[in-house]
Amino acid sequence: MELFTEGDPLADTKAPAGPVEKRWETRRFEAKLVNPANRRKMTVIVVGTGLAGGSAAATLAEQGYHVKSYCYQDSPRRAHSIAAQGGINAAKNYRNDGDSVHRLFYDTVKGGDFRSRESNVHRLAEVSVNIIDQCVAQGVPFAREYGGLLDTRSFGGAQVQRTFYARGQTGQQLLLGAYQALERQIGLGNVEMNARHEMLELVLVDGKARGIVVRDLVTGEISTEMADAVVLASGGYGNVFYLSTNAKGCNVTATWRAHRKGAYFANPCYTQIHPTCIPVSGDHQSKLTLMSESLRNDGRVWVPKTKGDDRSPKDIPEDERDYYLERIYPSFGNLVPRDIASRAAKNVCDEGRGVGPTKLGVYLDFADAIGRLGRKAIEAKYGNLFEMYERITGEDPYEVPMRIYPAVHYTMGGLWVDYDLQSNIPGLFVIGEANFSDHGANRLGASALMQGLADGYFVLPTTIANYLASGPLEKVDASHPAAVEARTDVEDRVQRLLAVNGDRTVDSFHRELGQIMWEHCGMERSEAGLRKAIDEIRALREQFWQRVKVSGTGEELNQSLEKAGRVADFFELAELMCIDALHREESCGGHFRAEHQTPDGEAQRDDDRFAYVAAWEFTADGEPSVLHKEDLKFEYVHPTQRSYK
Amino acid sequence: MNLTLRIWRQKGPEDKGRMVTYPVDDVSPDMSFLEMLDVLNERLILAGEDPVAFDHDCREGICGMCGLMINGDAHGPQRGTTACQLHMRQFTDGETIDIEPWRASAFPVVKDLVVNRSAFDRIIAAGGYVTAPTGSAPEAHSTPVAKANADAAFESAACIGCGACVAACPNGSGMLFTAAKLTQLSLLPQGQPERYTRVIGMVDAHDEAGFGGCTNAGECTPACPKGIPLNTIGRLNRDYLAATAKGANNTPGS
Repeated sequence: MELFTEGDPLADTKAPAGPVEKRWETRRFEAKLVNPANRRKMTVIVVGTGLAGGSAAATLAEQGYHVKSYCYQDSPRRAHSIAAQGGINAAKNYRNDGDSVHRLFYDTVKGGDFRSRESNVHRLAEVSVNIIDQCVAQGVPFAREYGGLLDTRSFGGAQVQRTFYARGQTGQQLLLGAYQALERQIGLGNVEMNARHEMLELVLVDGKARGIVVRDLVTGEISTEMADAVVLASGGYGNVFYLSTNAKGCNVTATWRAHRKGAYFANPCYTQIHPTCIPVSGDHQSKLTLMSESLRNDGRVWVPKTKGDDRSPKDIPEDERDYYLERIYPSFGNLVPRDIASRAAKNVCDEGRGVGPTKLGVYLDFADAIGRLGRKAIEAKYGNLFEMYERITGEDPYEVPMRIYPAVHYTMGGLWVDYDLQSNIPGLFVIGEANFSDHGANRLGASALMQGLADGYFVLPTTIANYLASGPLEKVDASHPAAVEARTDVEDRVQRLLAVNGDRTVDSFHRELGQIMWEHCGMERSEAGLRKAIDEIRALREQFWQRVKVSGTGEELNQSLEKAGRVADFFELAELMCIDALHREESCGGHFRAEHQTPDGEAQRDDDRFAYVAAWEFTADGEPSVLHKEDLKFEYVHPTQRSYK
Repeated sequence: MNLTLRIWRQKGPEDKGRMVTYPVDDVSPDMSFLEMLDVLNERLILAGEDPVAFDHDCREGICGMCGLMINGDAHGPQRGTTACQLHMRQFTDGETIDIEPWRASAFPVVKDLVVNRSAFDRIIAAGGYVTAPTGSAPEAHSTPVAKANADAAFESAACIGCGACVAACPNGSGMLFTAAKLTQLSLLPQGQPERYTRVIGMVDAHDEAGFGGCTNAGECTPACPKGIPLNTIGRLNRDYLAATAKGANNTPGS
């Protein structure tokens, strides 16, 4: 059977024509408004409370809408945005080093390897400056200079210093800012907060998104919640690899359930492998820990020149070390973008020059920086990261170089949305990492925080009004046949998972799925490998439904049941990711096909055939998905072979 | 390593609960504490027993979701370390380890090692913010902030809301958590307009949630994985005194 079929092309009809720098202004003016008295009568569901969901829920409530917010954690403050370390980009040009909205736009389109939309990226760069203002006003304690003004640093893929930061905890501080704004609205009664609730289904009425089915993770109660519009801000799907830098609970269920209800899933194969993570230490490993990209400002990456060199790093003299990023990419050096740095690490390890017990690691060495700036300065900049490294590995990075290796970190793919961040299902909006829109095939460092907050604070609150103003929508409640059907489906699936009562745990399946994905759909992909992966995933999924063992009942706090539902959805997503990776016969950004590389091993794009967004439509279980192509046009940043040399 | 775990098992809020002993063998010193619990749970599931429920998410010490009393210490023996970042190399072969939930009247047990910490959210909702609706912000550089104040605000803002301070406190007080947020916002110019209403709102919400009062026992800071200093509570008390002396409405002009 065919793996997929091709359907009609797709177009983003919401981005206005005209000069790119005027499009957002035009759209804001053209977008319909809802008057404040009417906003009170409208309910918006927001799933997820990270940077995108938290900021959106707070802002919509401030504007007067009634908001229902959901998160699976015990508090909205714990969403995984909190773990972002390095910083947030903004085109403030406070450094007077040549930055501008246009340069941030240019860097982001280029960094995404020419697989994102110019209109969206330009808007992102425009609102980046407002985000910093907003966060400072909320009391976010950004790093400051002695004169009291904001400090910035460099991140990968940029030659300007546009990254604002709060030590190594920028995500935490930005998220707490959004969370506090959200709590204020909860306190005022404008947001109904439902922590420890997981969305398990989307409810469509007459083709429009009108509600969700949720499970209360404490009591197990399954209920249907209705609204005028649904916003998914449920994050990325990196945990399909089992080992990733995501939190353990991160999952694809909300977006995958929406996909099965008709929402297109775009570019699922675009995953970001972050170059600087602490290497795997053994089979017990349950997650991977990131070491911020900011460390590459001062750390130098190297491996021994000769393979199999087992000497301790301090015994390897300078002239026997290969600072390979500085050698291969002299103009960006250690600050090349993530996809480039990750692949370079893989290449030196494949050559047998990797370090550490597993030989899957490279050194990130601060000796020069400590010599140049002193230990105190390094402590002030990176102290918490160094401590974290020592706690996990038992090694002191002030004395011994860190060992790092790439790990799955972020997913650029996600549900397809138009310029208004609305999916192809009317009334279903998707923001933050959950959508596909702004990063193309590779996200630049410090741009995830920017996008999450841009979507939540500034873009969605404008565009959702345009949709809501087209109402009023027919009044519906949880007794609507479509709502009842969605709820029954959820109840049935829970019962099916509990009924298998086999002999393997959910984690054992998840780990095996992750190994297949890392092996064949990770840093390097090939036709043969992807075909093999698809067969293996299908076989393993069948096993899962025959042999999984979920203990307990559905009417209680049951963490193994929660995991089982998430892993069941990961199986389906994994297959689509491999099909997407297989069909894209080119290399671009984080998607590297072994068959498509330049003579010196860089990604070889094929703009004639693949300058499009691949948006996948679900048909039925066991039936091929339908591919819809949205052509990408580049009027301002002309595609070139991306060079950081 | 071979270990004996004694773990608090409690089916739900109504159950009395008890310590149950589980031997765990072949523990690697490179495992994290939670990975060791994962190994136990895998075994319990296959044996048809109920796995131990515990909260966790990021497993990198920042989300604040994990929280275990380990041998009577909040987050275990290593200072400045959450349970998820604690590694088994901190323990010795043959050791018996007691694992219990946070115990405080404001944090009722949900199941096993999982507690309800929503009281913390209610404290924040009662004033732990700066009122700055989206879109209303002035240019970020319009108000410089002295670096020393910005740095000190950051130190307090590093709180992860895990609740270890409450669990460690003999009174079950949430003062360190409350004071950390108050200190952050009171050190910044953006936090000044609501400074005194904020302290009253948050302290009232703290008391209503059933947390105990602070008697300067000083157990909280050593248990805090982020090392929030005890003197933040002093700052809270000074602001609270100033606010109440002025009258609960922070009378204009006073």
